[in-house]
Amino acid sequence: MVFFFQNLINALQWGSFYALIALGYSMVYSILMLFNFAHGDIFMVGAYIGFGVSTLLISLSAMGAVALPNWLILVLTIIFSMFLTSFVGMLVERVGYRPLRDAPRASAAITGLMIGIILETGNLALLGAQRVSFPPLIETATYNVGGVFITNKKIMIVIVAAFLSLALHQFVRRTKWGMAMRAMAFDYVVVPLMGVPLNTIAALTFALGSALAAAAGILFGVAYPVLDPYMGILIGWKAFVAAILGGRGSIIGATLAGFLLGFIEIFVAMIFPSTFRDLIAYSIILVILVFRPHGFFGEPYSARLRL
Amino acid sequence: MQRVKMENTTSYGNRAPKGLLREWFARTPMLGWLLGFLTAVVLENLVGAEIAWRLGLPKVPVLFGFVIMLKKPVLIPSAVLYEILIYGLPVALIGRFASAVTNSIAALLAKIPLTLSAALHLGLLYAILHLWSGISDYRVIVLKLTLVAVMLTLSLNVINGYMGEFSCSHPGFMALGAYSTSILTVLFFAKDKLFGPPLLPPALGPFLFPLALVVGGLVASIGALAVAIPSFRTRGDYLAIISLAFMFIVKSFIENLEVVGGPRGLRGQPDLAALPTVFLWTVACIWMINNFVRSTLGKALNAVRDNEMAASAMTVDTRRTKIAAFLFGAFWAGVAGGLFAHVLRYVNPGTFGIQRLAELLAMVYFGGLNSVHGSIVGAVTISLLGEALRPLEIFKWIIIPLLLILVMIFRPTGLIAFREFDMESLLRPKFKEDDKG
Repeated sequence: MVFFFQNLINALQWGSFYALIALGYSMVYSILMLFNFAHGDIFMVGAYIGFGVSTLLISLSAMGAVALPNWLILVLTIIFSMFLTSFVGMLVERVGYRPLRDAPRASAAITGLMIGIILETGNLALLGAQRVSFPPLIETATYNVGGVFITNKKIMIVIVAAFLSLALHQFVRRTKWGMAMRAMAFDYVVVPLMGVPLNTIAALTFALGSALAAAAGILFGVAYPVLDPYMGILIGWKAFVAAILGGRGSIIGATLAGFLLGFIEIFVAMIFPSTFRDLIAYSIILVILVFRPHGFFGEPYSARLRL
Repeated sequence: MQRVKMENTTSYGNRAPKGLLREWFARTPMLGWLLGFLTAVVLENLVGAEIAWRLGLPKVPVLFGFVIMLKKPVLIPSAVLYEILIYGLPVALIGRFASAVTNSIAALLAKIPLTLSAALHLGLLYAILHLWSGISDYRVIVLKLTLVAVMLTLSLNVINGYMGEFSCSHPGFMALGAYSTSILTVLFFAKDKLFGPPLLPPALGPFLFPLALVVGGLVASIGALAVAIPSFRTRGDYLAIISLAFMFIVKSFIENLEVVGGPRGLRGQPDLAALPTVFLWTVACIWMINNFVRSTLGKALNAVRDNEMAASAMTVDTRRTKIAAFLFGAFWAGVAGGLFAHVLRYVNPGTFGIQRLAELLAMVYFGGLNSVHGSIVGAVTISLLGEALRPLEIFKWIIIPLLLILVMIFRPTGLIAFREFDMESLLRPKFKEDDKG
């Protein structure tokens, strides 16, 4: 039982990354009916920006320019990096998606993939092949709760992820911009005729998604401090699977499916040899999709799928 | 840089040079092109080394001088001169001035059965490729891999272009074909640590290799059922995920299969994929896929893509169509995978991951959807670019994606999309009245 709870904690942490990244996929999808295949790499860029910002802040406070405690540096890093990475997202939208608004959907998927490759390679060209390690901002403290070891990092990651997805949910439900986004998701042909600017909303969506990805990247850096330019590929594709599994454009669905994917992966690795993880995890997903082809919260097939 | 500038200044009236080229080759039939290139490669075989030496090149430029030009910019003029002397001039001269002769031969050939004339042209093409690749082993391997890429692209185009699904499972099909073929050939024709001595005399290998490839294709087809059957109920993005999951599953399955080496991969495939074999299989693949997409069933694919419900109302059996497309595409992906494994004589599951998927998708969408021409152009361009830009190291992976983004922005369906591939019109003589009309 202790073992189970231990893995539950790990799964919650692992699922947080998937959930945060999946949200970005899901929001872009709900509005443009397109997947941002560069999203996994935006996660990577976010982690690197976080690395840059935190290193800068640490050196600033070491020089005595500003005296900041480490936890404040982390908070500031998350905020600044989310802000900066949202511009990367808007740039991706401007370059890869806006010119292709009327093109077949698959073409935009290709541009997304290619922008992802450019981001990876650009990073490799700029920073070289050696991996960088994320500065340790918070001391790891381990709490023993009835035999289950919980670290403060894990608690923080889960709380930040849950907070950000709730905040996004509130943003989409409560604000005028959120309403515009929901309207656009409902019908992106007619709603622009009502005076809602499609391009602005699309850019906003990319910006929000990228900001969340950046948060995920920094949290990832806190948990696993080694960053490399290809870290976004696999986790990005898996989060993409989670976004689909959650159902089209559903924020709750994407979050839950992200956590579910984390659970499946961790628990499969708990029961079977860890090399079987992908095999069994994806078989489970395949079975789920065969029985629920539209994901958990997605509406069934509609004529709006443009191809 | 200099070269780019020069082109910009000379091509003020952007139309003129292009029009000039078009005018120059207006009456060159396919036969003329082939003869021109044949002369060029014969020339290269005879005097290539000599000319390269005189121009100060270290050796014969292997991939149209790209590698030399990028490595040593000083040698750009000599490399360009070499290419013009060996390739440009013979092709231009024979294309233009022998067109009377080649046209009348082409007219004669048009009277004999198409199969015969096509075989003749293909023989010429093979001769060119054989002589071209005879210069160095590097060319042989590049050529083989390019031909395999053509097969893969074409088979992916059946699903993604003609049927309009976004299938991500192609590396999986390829892996299934590669591994089943490899297991068969290693088991029967090679001495191996895993499988022991060969069960059949290795001399039989070349004769039974096609059989092994077909088995590989069939295994891939059976695997494709896992994607084809869900496609009855869903399509678009959900199918994309199902196919993606399938790809992950196949890769992970092979990684866990210790019998075939697990993540370390399987090596020791006998050397069965010689150039003629790969060439013949590629020709067969193009021929069959072209016939398939031009058949009634192939037209049904387009109908299903454009509007599934309307197609169904017009008596198209959508299930049969989908399953046929998936199985057919997967079969050729499996065969191509088998050839791929025997060209490299080594496979490992890591080859069949997301990287491969991105590469294949790039080839299909770069070349053009729904077109055999497009697939050939896309596969050849991306493969050769990948090799030619190799000296740029990682910047290669900035240039190629940028190129693709530009193609997608300006031609969203690819360079040569929605074009029918017709052997007869391809080989037809080009008389004056043809280009007037």
